Amino acid sequence: MKFLTLFGILFLIIQGGSLYSEIVVEDVPNDAGEALMITWDLPDDVGNISMYRIYRLDPGAEDYILVGKVENPNVNVFVDHDPRYPLHAGTEFVYKIVPVDFSQNEVESLGTSLAVSPVAQLFNFNKVNSLIATLFVFAALIFFLNYAKTGKGLFIRKIAGLDALDEAVGRATEMGKPVLYVPGLSTMSDVATIASINILGPVAKKVAEYETKILVPNRDPIVYTIVHEVVKESYLEAGRPDAFDTDQVFFVSQQQFAFVAAVNGLMMREKPATNLFLGMFWAESLLMAETGNITGAIQIAGTDSVTQLPFFITACDYTLIGEELYAASAYLSRDPILVGSVKAQDLEKAIILFLMIACSIISLIAVLAFNTYAFNQVISAIFSF
Amino acid sequence: MSISTNLWVWLAAFLTLTIYSFLYKDNIMYKFAEHLFVGASVGWSIAIIWHLTVFQYIIDPIKEAVLNKDVLGFILVLVPTIIGLMYFSRFSRSKGWIARWPIAVTMGYYTGISITPSIETNIFKQVEGTILTSFNPGSLGSWWALLLLVGVVTTLFYFFFSVKHAGFVGRTAKVGIWFVMIAFGASFGYTVMARVSLLIGRIQFLLHDWLGIIK
Repeated sequence: MKFLTLFGILFLIIQGGSLYSEIVVEDVPNDAGEALMITWDLPDDVGNISMYRIYRLDPGAEDYILVGKVENPNVNVFVDHDPRYPLHAGTEFVYKIVPVDFSQNEVESLGTSLAVSPVAQLFNFNKVNSLIATLFVFAALIFFLNYAKTGKGLFIRKIAGLDALDEAVGRATEMGKPVLYVPGLSTMSDVATIASINILGPVAKKVAEYETKILVPNRDPIVYTIVHEVVKESYLEAGRPDAFDTDQVFFVSQQQFAFVAAVNGLMMREKPATNLFLGMFWAESLLMAETGNITGAIQIAGTDSVTQLPFFITACDYTLIGEELYAASAYLSRDPILVGSVKAQDLEKAIILFLMIACSIISLIAVLAFNTYAFNQVISAIFSF
Repeated sequence: MSISTNLWVWLAAFLTLTIYSFLYKDNIMYKFAEHLFVGASVGWSIAIIWHLTVFQYIIDPIKEAVLNKDVLGFILVLVPTIIGLMYFSRFSRSKGWIARWPIAVTMGYYTGISITPSIETNIFKQVEGTILTSFNPGSLGSWWALLLLVGVVTTLFYFFFSVKHAGFVGRTAKVGIWFVMIAFGASFGYTVMARVSLLIGRIQFLLHDWLGIIK
């Protein structure tokens, strides 16, 4: 009987090839311990296999759960990183691989792995290029900040839209009408919102000096709180804290088009003499700028949203294009710290410009003269993350 | 013609027309729709924040931490909650200054967190995509890639703020602004097309779903 069993096993191995293989589970590097990579030996005969199903046994669980499948029978790698079945660093998981035949029946498992836990890394080595770039940005920033503090004048070219700002606020004063300032519809995570708030400070100060009224509707509650403080501070700086009316800065709604409906209604009723749309905008840009145009207000807009800039250019008197919005606060305040940061940005742009031209020339020489794409691989490695 | 008998369709059609009445001039019907829209959206937002933020990220985790006697988990939820609650100090005249603390935390957090993604997406990916990696004079794609490089380089010249736009820099920047305007023109046309399709959708709703004039 024992002989027959042994013979049967030997026969199966010879006929079907070995279905048992080694399953290796390894931690995926450079992450927060959220992924594991599973590899297995391909069975000798993959012709009868349509796919592999990957099952995982979580700690404390009695049954394996299906976490994924590999639909190519010749592929023997799977990365378990599905937010529906999250992995946790330091927790041990066991995997088994089950081949599926063309009738969608599961055949015998290829075996189970050892218990392995994902490990969280403190440093993501894939982002070394970002670190170098960030360090360079900071170094340039610190250098120009210190340079600006020495009192040596740093030149900033004319920005047409900002030169018109004085005129725009003055016009509102003469007409006895308010200035409308919309700091975009985005949150504080948007660079354009931060830039807009930086511009709002000097604008609100100017408005306070001219004893004009400013209206600042907000979409985001956090932005609203910050904007309120900035305007209040500006009135204080202008020596007119008594003129600050807390209702000038108000929250409208987080719903995009409800906000637009309210601002459009405000424009038609209050008839502001000057509309300033500075920050991040989406589909509402034309709706607001067109309404402002109808009311006859002088309009200055600025955003880094490439898709919305054409609408502002069409419907507004002046438009700050992209980075002009970031440079605006430095231009308005002439604060050495902000001017220094603009200088640092210019240096970074010059380096990027040089890199693009130099890399293109070297790459073309490498490809055309030596017929090698090695340099392109280097470029790809440097700029990819 | 088969007019809808659904009350909600009538309500939607009425609100659509009241909003469109703004095209004529500001009027009481538009004001009604505007206030209804703002009020409903704020009410909806409060309910969403209460259930999906306050409960999900504050009350439930605190309950869980207390039940499991997880001190670290409790502190990790409590600290940001207290920072968030500091915003409410604005309601007090004497303690309003406390609101500056969460503002500082928010500004610092968001500024810091946007550095790496900005460098990766706005610099690395763009530079990688712009560098010419091959050039075949017989291929139209190569000429487009060259045009892209010229466009990016000249446009960057326009965005130099510490150099006077005169002479070579001025001429190059002028070429750059031409590239920018051509791109904006294309983007404008594309977006207008999308907006027209939205208008068609609304008219279709009025004429089909509401009035049943078109099939």
